[in-house]
Order: sequence, then C-alpha cells, then structure tokens
Amino acid sequence: MLNVNDIHSYYGKAHILGGLSFDVPRGEVVALLGRNGAGKSTTMKSVMQLVRPRQGSVSFQGQELIGKPAFRVAKAGLGYVPEDRRIFTDLTVLENLEVGRQPPRDGAPEWTMEQLFEIFPNLAERRTNRGKHLSGGEQQMLTIGRTLMGNPLLLLLDEPSEGIAPVIVEEMAETILKLKSEGLTVMISEQNLHFARAVADRAIIIEGGEKKFDGSFTELEAHPEIRDAYLSV
Amino acid sequence: MTEILRVEHLKKSYDGFLAVNDVSFSVAKGELKALIGPNGAGKSTCFNMLMGQLKPTAGTVWLDGKKITGLRPREIWRRGVGRTFQITGTYPSMTVIENVQMALMSHHRKLYAIAPRAWRLYRDEAFEFLKTVEMEDQADRPCSVLAYGDLKRLELAIALCHRPRLLLMDEPTAGMASSARIALMQLVADIVRDQGVSVLFTEHDMDVVFAHSHHIMVLNRGELITEGSAEEVRNDARVQEVYLGGGTLFAEARNA
Amino acid sequence: MAFFFAQFLTGLANAAALFLVASGLSLIFGVTRIVNFAHGSFYMLGAFVGVTLMEVLPGAVGFWGAIILTGLAVGAIGAFVEMVVLRPIYRAPELFQLVATFGVILVIQDLALMIWGAEDRLGPRAPGLRGVWRIFGEPVPKYDIILIAITPFILFALWYLITRTRVGVLVRAATQDREMVGALGVNQAWLFTGVFALGSALAGWGGALQLPKGGADLLMDFNIIGAVFVVVVIGGMGSLPGAFIAAVLISVLSVFGVTYLPQSTLVLMFVVMAIVLIVRPYGLLGREEVAGEHGQAGAPETPIRPYGRVGKMLVAGLLALLATLPLFAEQFVLTLTVDMIVFALFAASLHFILGTGGLVSFGHAAFFGGGAYAAALLVFHTDTRMELAFLFAPFAAGLLALGIGWFCIRLTGVYFAMLTLAFSQLVWSLAFQWRDVTRGDDGLVNIWPADWLNSPSAYYYFTLALGVGGILFLRHVIHAPFGYALRAGRDSPRQAEATGIDVKRIQYAAFALAGAMAGLAGGIFVFSKGSVFPTELEIGASFDALIVVFLGGVKTLAGGVVGAGFMTLVEDWLTRLEYWRLLLGLLIIAVVIIAPEGIVGSLRSLCTQIRGSESEVSK
Repeated sequence: MLNVNDIHSYYGKAHILGGLSFDVPRGEVVALLGRNGAGKSTTMKSVMQLVRPRQGSVSFQGQELIGKPAFRVAKAGLGYVPEDRRIFTDLTVLENLEVGRQPPRDGAPEWTMEQLFEIFPNLAERRTNRGKHLSGGEQQMLTIGRTLMGNPLLLLLDEPSEGIAPVIVEEMAETILKLKSEGLTVMISEQNLHFARAVADRAIIIEGGEKKFDGSFTELEAHPEIRDAYLSV
Repeated sequence: MTEILRVEHLKKSYDGFLAVNDVSFSVAKGELKALIGPNGAGKSTCFNMLMGQLKPTAGTVWLDGKKITGLRPREIWRRGVGRTFQITGTYPSMTVIENVQMALMSHHRKLYAIAPRAWRLYRDEAFEFLKTVEMEDQADRPCSVLAYGDLKRLELAIALCHRPRLLLMDEPTAGMASSARIALMQLVADIVRDQGVSVLFTEHDMDVVFAHSHHIMVLNRGELITEGSAEEVRNDARVQEVYLGGGTLFAEARNA
Repeated sequence: MAFFFAQFLTGLANAAALFLVASGLSLIFGVTRIVNFAHGSFYMLGAFVGVTLMEVLPGAVGFWGAIILTGLAVGAIGAFVEMVVLRPIYRAPELFQLVATFGVILVIQDLALMIWGAEDRLGPRAPGLRGVWRIFGEPVPKYDIILIAITPFILFALWYLITRTRVGVLVRAATQDREMVGALGVNQAWLFTGVFALGSALAGWGGALQLPKGGADLLMDFNIIGAVFVVVVIGGMGSLPGAFIAAVLISVLSVFGVTYLPQSTLVLMFVVMAIVLIVRPYGLLGREEVAGEHGQAGAPETPIRPYGRVGKMLVAGLLALLATLPLFAEQFVLTLTVDMIVFALFAASLHFILGTGGLVSFGHAAFFGGGAYAAALLVFHTDTRMELAFLFAPFAAGLLALGIGWFCIRLTGVYFAMLTLAFSQLVWSLAFQWRDVTRGDDGLVNIWPADWLNSPSAYYYFTLALGVGGILFLRHVIHAPFGYALRAGRDSPRQAEATGIDVKRIQYAAFALAGAMAGLAGGIFVFSKGSVFPTELEIGASFDALIVVFLGGVKTLAGGVVGAGFMTLVEDWLTRLEYWRLLLGLLIIAVVIIAPEGIVGSLRSLCTQIRGSESEVSK
C-alpha cells in the first residue's frame, strides 16, 4: 500500500534520513522503532510531506507523493497523528473533530462522530470542552479521533504511547487493535518495545536515519543484540 | 555525607491537574542520583521547579541550606547549579566553542563588555571543557549542524563551565548510541568523583541508570513511589508494575 | 447631557468603519500571521471604487448595491495580491512579509493616483438619509444612526461565520496551527486566500460605508492604518469581539477628545494603546504570542565572523573612495553620500536591535527624529553651540530609548513592535502639536553647523568620521561579549537564562544603545539639512528603515548598511519619475520574492552554492 524508497530528508543542513526504504502492506500494523533522534518522526513527516525528502520516492497505492502539499497527501488517504498531539486547544472536542472531517472514501472504514465517541467514551463526556482542558490521555484520544474523521486508508501514529499514563497506554493498544480489525492499515513509531509488540505485526528498526532491521517480532526476539544496540529498553 | 540539595513537599498543579504531588528528597554532596519514571510522571516538571523555570504551587527547595524556591533560573545558576535540557537549548547561530565561551563570559561577568572581541575571550578555557566531553575536534563547526548526541555533549560542557556544585541533567543520553551513552555517563561519573559535584538526572536507559547511579528515585503520576539502590528498585513490585513493565524484558536482556 | 449622548452616538457611528477595517486586519493576521500594512490601501480602494460605482448606479438601491459590490471587488483585488505577492513568501522569515505589504501600499497609491487623479472626492449622501434626527433635542445625522444599527449585524455575521460554520472552525484551527490543518486534508493555500479576500473585502466595505461621512482621498491609507493597528492591538490580535470593543472605545474617546481636549487628537489613541498594553501585554481579549511557536522559518543564521582578507580589502577600498570623494566629486554627490551615510547609520542601529537582538521595532524613527529634534531644540531655543547640541542628540535619544524601552522590553513579537510604534507616534504628535516649543509642521529651521564645519566638504568629513565610525562601532559591539549575549538571548532565551544571562536587561541596554546610535544619525542629519520637521518622526520614517534592513538581509551584519545604500541610490534615481512609487513598490516586491534572505543574504547563499559542496563532502 505504501512504498517508501531511498528517501533522504534534511532539517536545514542536518541530514536526518539517509536513504530509508520500507513497505507497509494493506491491513498490517507496522511499528517503526528506534530511539530518540533516530529519525522516526522525520520518517512520518517525510511520508506526509511535512518534511520534503530531497530525493527518493514515497508512493501510496501507486501514486507518487513527493512534492505534493500535505493536504493532498491527506486527501489521498493518509491520516497523520503527530507525536506532540497538536490538538487545537482553543477549539472544543466537537470542533477539533470537525476540522478533521472529510468525505467518505472507497475502501476505507467510515467514521462518524458518534462511532468515535463509542471508541473513546471519555471524549463523549467532554464534547463541548475546549482542547486545553483535556488531560494528556484525552488529548491523545482526540488527536487520533480527529485524524480518523478523515476516513483514512492508512493511519500514521507518531509515538502514541509517549507521555501518557500506563493505563491509557493499554487502552491505546486495544484501540489500535480495534482499528486494525476494522480494516485500517496502521504504521506506528515507538520507543516502547512492549507496546509495539502488543499491537504490531512487524518491526522496522532505524538508527541514524538508516534501516537496521525489518522483520517479525519473533525474528527480533532471536536477535537480542539488535535490540540492545538500537533500542533503549 | 553533607546534603547539597533538599526538596520538601514540592507540588505543582496545572488547571487542577496535579503534575507533581508532595515530592520530598535530598541529594548529598558527591552523589549521583537518578530520577526515573514513565513519561508524564512529572520528572521534567520537577526539574523545571528545581531550576526556577517553573514556580512550584507549594513546597520548598534548599540549596546548601539556603532557600532557592522562587528564584529565577539565572540566579539559581549563579549559586552553582548547572543544567542540561531534555530538548537541547544551544545557540544555533554560534560555533560550538562560542557556545561554551558564552557561558564562560557569563560566569566571569563579562556580559556587558563592549571592548573585547568575544571569540578571543576564554577560548583556551572553553577548549579544555570541550576536551572533557571529547568535542574539541568540532570546536569551530556551527552549532546548527551538530548531530543530536553531540549537542547533548556540548550542553554538558556548557553546564560544567561555572564549576557547579550540583548538576541537573534531563535525559542526558537520549538519542545517543549505546556505547556513547555508557561513555558519557562514565564521564559524568568521573566528574562526580574528581570534582565532588553532585548530579541529579532523569533517564530512560536502565543500563545507564543501574550502572551509574548511587541512588534511584521512582516517580509515578507525580508521586515518589520508592527510593533506594539499583537492586532495591529493580526488585520493587510497584516499580515493575508502573515502569519496568513486569521486569521480564529487562531480566531477559540482562541475562542474555 | 443630550449633547453628551449625541457625541457618544457620533463616536459609535465612527466605530463602524473602523471596526470593519480592523476586523479584516485581525482575521488576516490571525490566520496568515502576516502583519498587513497594505490593509489601509484596501480601505482606500474601497472608498474610490465605492465613489465610482455610486456615480454609475442610481438611487437607494444603487447606493447600497454599490457598497456591496465594492466589498466584493476589493476582496477580489485582495485575493489577487495574496496569490501573486504573498503566496511565494509565506516561508520567508517572520515579519518579512511586512516589507512586501509595504511594496503593495506604494503600488496601490500610484495606481489610485493614475486612475482617480489627485483630487479628493466628496462622498455622495445616502439617498433618503440626508437629514438629521433629533435625539433629546440634539441633531444626529440619519446616516450615523443607520451605521450604528448596522454594526451589530456585521459583528454578529462575522461572529456567526467564525464560531458556527465549518469555514470558521477551519479558520480558527489554522490560526493556531496551520501546518496541522493542512495535514488533516484542508487546502490551506485556498483557506489563506479566502481569508485574505474576506479581510480585504471588509476593509473595502469600511471604505465604502464611510463615504457619506468622509469621501475619498489619497492619504486615507496612511491615515487609517495607525488607528486600525491600535484597535487590533488593544482588542488583542486575532480577536473579533476585542476589535469591536476597541473600535468603539477609540472612536468614542476621539470624538470626546476633539470636543474637550483638541490638542490630544493625534496622540489619544496611542496613549490608550500604551496603557492597555502595559496593563495587559496581549490586548484586552488577546492571548499570548509565542514567538516561533510553529517552528522558526528559514535556515538558522550562520556564525558571525570578522571579515576575511577580501572583505577587509573591500571595506578599506570603499573607505578610501569615500575619503577621497570630495577631491573629484560634485557637490550633489557629496550631499547624496551624506544622506546615504546618515541613513546607513540609522538602519545599522535598527539592524542591531532587530537582527542581533531579535526585537522588531516599528518605531525606531522616534530616536532618529528624537535626536534631531533634541539638537535642534537646543540650538533654536537656547542658541547652544553646535558641538554641544550635536552631542546632545545621541544622549537625548538614548535617554528616550531608556524611557520607551522600560515599557516595551517586557513585551515580545508583534506586541513589542506595536508598542514601539505607539510611543513613536506619541513623540511624533508632540513634535506636531506642541507648537509653542516645536513649531509644529513649520519645523525648526536655521540649524546650521559651526563655522569650521560650514563647508560641504568639511561637513562631509564630519559625517564620514562619525557616521562610518558609528557603524563600525555597532559592528564591533556585535562581535563583543555584549553582542554575543544579545544574540544568545535571541537564539535561546531559556538557555541564556539558565546560564546566568538576564535576557531582558541585555535587551534593554541594547535598545538604549540602538536608540543612541539612531540619535547620532539624527544629529548628523539635522545639521546637514539645517532643519527638522515632524516627518522625520512619522511611521513612514520608521518603515523606511525597516524595509532597508529586511531588503539588505536581517541575518547578515552588513544588511542594514547595504540596504540603506541601495535604497538611497534607487530612490534618488526613481523619484525623478512621475510614478516612482509604483516602480519602487514593484522593485521591493520583486526583491522580496526573488531574494527572500535579503540582498546580502542571498548573495552569500549564492557564493556558498558556487563554492560548491566542499563542506558537504568534508562531513
């Protein structure tokens, strides 16, 4: 579904991604692992074209994304949930969801606000509250819900377990599994190996903007030295 | 051992949310102490209150027996507390060595001088600090092109500039390769031993924490849940539950 | 009491147009973060287009139809400007767009002059609303009552649009985080164009609605822009209810001001703004502006270096040329060079606080003009010796900067800029209205240098020594610890504070130094011209310096000086032409689009590119 081929991305002069390639097949949950500064967020942003790769290719269902504005990438069916949540703090929960709303899309699960409130009952209770008055966990739910309102085919979740209470992390894992069962393809970036193993079918490990491992968690288990070298567990 | 930092009943709430709830601890002279806990447990909030970036809702911080609660960051720095940040805060428009020189100029109270050329001031001294963190070969590169791990080391050099009594380090090794992490913390441990500095740091890498800290405190949802040696903390059931995740993975990794 | 009430109604009626224009500006700023100085030009266009349409369309339907059409037309012009001028430069450094909007002002001024001529137009009376109604016995124009009645509907319509519609939700979301809105599938480019068009249309409606009260003339753009910014800042940038409250406050206060305190008219609103900002640093209903909240635009600045051999030789060559100039050049060349050096020093002092300090001041002319006036007043009233009066210029300007800076330094970003603007207006209105002392717009004349400097070449050398000396001094300070500390506070205030630097105090000192150096430029200026007028303190004078600094390149040390030299030469050449504003405006816009890092910055980037990838390879 998503093919990333040899992308190089920069922040100013700093070379963050040096020729990264990977695939995300339809229906899978793929975890992008690596420590702080390994290039996980930059990878996500490079797929979304929030960071423009200087070379390489990002193709989604055969459509080249590089050079397109971010809104076109979103329209193509990619839903992006940023690491730092970036909810609209002055807007209510309902309004935040409204910003994300897009017309239904062929082949993608379709979401209404009411369906989202079933998955995230906490949000339902707080639908007229402003974003800034939500707790960290609720904000995390809202940012996912907002992106789901765009009825994406592929969901990019940047560090969903970051900065939220452990109990919520468990809920988050359940949510991701539920989304998968709805037929959504998901790519998460994570530092938390437990979490990744709980939700993902496959692990991609990057370090210094380069891929170091790509395979199942069983294979990863068989190579503890890889885990020790590239993950901060 | 003499106490250098003492924290009593520290509390911080945002809009009714208790980020830090009644935290008390102390750091002794020459001690290397770790503060660990899950993301969002309140570690950075704690640090920001110790260094004056945030005002505590309640509680007191004592440095060497003097109350420093409510002082501004620069005043606390002048009293001999150095700090590194989780997200590095260097000056991108200066070179690596100029970043260190800037701190030295501040330390030597030359900030308002308009006669000397800044890049000539304390260059040798700055170079020595860069050597301690093994950054001397990058001295004249623009700071904006440094790799993340190098920025962290630069920050350490800057924090050492005024020969602090206490060093607060927020995730000092995040974003570094495994070997570099150990090396950096070894460096910090050496500094602690040689100069009698006390260090309080937060960290996610348990190898680093267990290998180098004398004492470990665990923070969860704004509360200190335990404090003790590496062994005690590792075997604490609550810590395993909220942070170490049942310990299975760490046990495996360590036994392997 | 009845008179009082009637006055109050007049104020409310005046608030209508002001609110319309201000709400447009506020919307545009909220979403695009562009401080649109050309907004007054859209107001002026509204007035002229409105007059033209009203002449064509007959009757009451024609009158109101013309007003509606005017808004649509001006909105379309706004959309065009946004797409052609602003779209290419959204990614340029913060506030750089300001310069482009200034180019737009110049272009629109000359286009209006070409189309409608220099004559003021009287606005037609609204059909059926010519007379007055008596309220408690006092006559109140019918049209005023209609305006008062309309305004709440406009506020309500805007409020409904912003709070109750999807477009409004998107606009508010984009105000907070436009990149995220884009990532959620919303085409921000069109959202921006739409908001800019709506904002311009509101300004156009404002211009058309006030026609029966004010008419149309070519000075409207500048006359309203000050008031509009005051309203938006008092209300809080981006807040519509805030803009409404502030528009009413300002309009009502100025009506009473005219009646009871006529000498206060020019300064009243700026005093109100200063008081509001000192009490509430983000306006009545505004929220805190975090500078660079969504990532600093543009590449980080490169470390500063003293000039290498080539650079030093270039500077030495230039100095040698300047030093020998009187031997062969004609007198007008000397005069032009003096102007250029004065302007370069003025620009360098602004560049010091803006580039190195990161503080964008909109009112730097207060110190240039302040210095000039300080010296001139001493000479004029006390016959002080020229040498002494001259020294007083930088001293007084420095003191003035200490006073103004005490209030301003605590603010950041746009609010800092606006408060400096307010204070400079205050200084300007003092010079303009305190006729007993300053002789108002007659200016202070016969301010000539001492005998030993009273030949063109003597004064030229005097200028060369002090002007170039001042520029070199500022350059030296930038390379000194003080300059470094200032830069540290700009780069990372958190790190600076955490390593013992009192950022605000450093900035305060730098602000005073910049003021004193601008005052020095003013001192040189006043004795070279022999006179000083309030124009030297106008907003326009502050903006000239700003434009020059941005054109030269904020992120380069030579930016201000090179920009000033460039601008003096270009203006000297262009002003001989009839439609020079048009050409200058187009030139400014072209430079902004082609060279977003400024002249020096873009040249440097070009050099780096030509020198090739050696640094990349060595990594």
